[in-house]
Amino acid sequence: MKPMIDMYLGTVKISILQQFQYRVANYFYMIGMVAEPVIYLVVWSTVANAQGGSVGGYTAQGFAAYYIVWTLVRNMNIVLTPYAWESRIRRGQLSAELLRPTHPVHLDIGYFAGWKFVVIVMWLPIAAVLTLAFRPMISPTPVEIAGFAVAIWGGFFVRFFLQWALGLLSFWITRVSAIFELYFTIELLFSGRLVPLSLMPEWAQQIAALLPFKWAFQFPIETLIGRLSTEEILFGLGMQALWTAIGIAIVSIVWRTALRRYSAVGN
Amino acid sequence: MCAAMSAIHLSQLSKTYSVPQREAGLKASLRSLVRRKSRDVKAVDRISFTVAPGEVVGFLGPNGAGKTTALKMLSGLLYPTSGEVSVLGHVPSRREKDFLRQITLVMGNRNQLAWDIPALDSFELNRSIYRIPEADFRRTLDEFVEILELKDLVQKPVRNLSLGERMKMELAGALLHRPSALFLDEPTIGLDVTMQRRLRAFVAEYNRRTGATVLLTSHYMADVVALCRRVIVIHHGRILYDGDLAGLAAQFSADKTIGVTLDDPDVDLQPYGEVLGKDAGKVMLRVPKTDVSRVATRLLADLPVLDLTIEDPPIEDVIEHVFAQGAPQEQPA
Repeated sequence: MKPMIDMYLGTVKISILQQFQYRVANYFYMIGMVAEPVIYLVVWSTVANAQGGSVGGYTAQGFAAYYIVWTLVRNMNIVLTPYAWESRIRRGQLSAELLRPTHPVHLDIGYFAGWKFVVIVMWLPIAAVLTLAFRPMISPTPVEIAGFAVAIWGGFFVRFFLQWALGLLSFWITRVSAIFELYFTIELLFSGRLVPLSLMPEWAQQIAALLPFKWAFQFPIETLIGRLSTEEILFGLGMQALWTAIGIAIVSIVWRTALRRYSAVGN
Repeated sequence: MCAAMSAIHLSQLSKTYSVPQREAGLKASLRSLVRRKSRDVKAVDRISFTVAPGEVVGFLGPNGAGKTTALKMLSGLLYPTSGEVSVLGHVPSRREKDFLRQITLVMGNRNQLAWDIPALDSFELNRSIYRIPEADFRRTLDEFVEILELKDLVQKPVRNLSLGERMKMELAGALLHRPSALFLDEPTIGLDVTMQRRLRAFVAEYNRRTGATVLLTSHYMADVVALCRRVIVIHHGRILYDGDLAGLAAQFSADKTIGVTLDDPDVDLQPYGEVLGKDAGKVMLRVPKTDVSRVATRLLADLPVLDLTIEDPPIEDVIEHVFAQGAPQEQPA
């Protein structure tokens, strides 16, 4: 166990060092990412005000809370994109990783987890500016804060393993972008990223509850902004554990077959 | 040598790739929508050889001969299509951690170190991944820093290093866990002569100190001559030659080179053989191997010879001659 922790700490350290090398680029990337929720926030706040102060149970301040927490969850949700696998294979990076006496998934987890520490530090001033500008209504209880602290990492792991598994398609199909696009469109609709799911039709909410995306995205947000009971928080964490386990199982099963197909031509 | 005593053992090892095929043009493109064609390409075709522990072997062949594919099978990156392979008692394709801790594959055209941070940080990561005890890590690193003269380089971001400096770092990083089997795929590619010589010396020193087995591919014959007594030549996926470097010329070169220094440098030597060039009064003649003694006797009898030498042609010429040959004959099993 100790060598494993040592390896994770080593990877996290490397990631933090690398991300601080790119601190300006990271900052501009994060600022650019804020544009998306601010547009949603302005649109839905206007709709809420026009409809007598609230829509789908959200007031303008409620939307502000949702979309400000959104910015942190979105950044915490960044994982190895399945698109990266194509170049990872073509440029020989995977060969270098396969030579190491550890599963590459550990190094990826460590790398992206390390990145999150940089993200959190950089997010704080952005959140402060958004709070001053939009006056969110948020007063979480200790249970909600604790639940959120676990849920944002839970969301990271759900998304990490499912996208890692999706990326393994690259071993079978050379151009898998179309499949990834379809996946991301479904994720966008059913995660709560575009709009809180309570604003969507009932049938859409039922589908969303059966898919993993909501548990990686909307669930952590709702945990912090006080829209869930303690039972609902515990249930959500259980769903995150279930989807993480499903992701790990897919990765474990597919990985060995994928490696047999690996041709490593030219690299 | 039996497989159990060898560091590397291959028996009838093959790797076949299925390569998609399509003719040029729109018509062919539409046809490929319904009927995809592919053909099998044998990158490595039933090769067998054994390498003893501590041996340094040159693995030679033109581009596309199958060298890198073979090295990738030996290091567990590729699954063989058929045949058997064993490295340090392990089957590489099983990718056991104990096996991966004992080998390294260095490719001259690829970086394994993180680009934006000093190599020292990447070395630290390797320490944790390979579970190298702290004291061993420090000792090995100090040793490499001294031999490769890395002191002023380890704290610079890798992107700020020259190609040669980077390659020294790559090699150091790849050997920090003190592997017992080294697969070096053109480690000196693109480097200047001084840097090539330094890396060669480092590999030789590593082999001497640790007794590691080394399989080296290189297009620079100086690497091979300096490091390898034995060479294996592969062409079209088949082994053409496996033996002493010196024996390669004996087997494959149809000619010898006669160097003659005459009292009168203006004598026309064309009737004796193909004149390759003149250097400081010494004329080099290419003569068919079967005619060497007859031509040498004639030269000594006919002309005022001050000095006469008979040599194998340069190893580069021999290799070029080997590579220029067609597909190899059936290799005896």
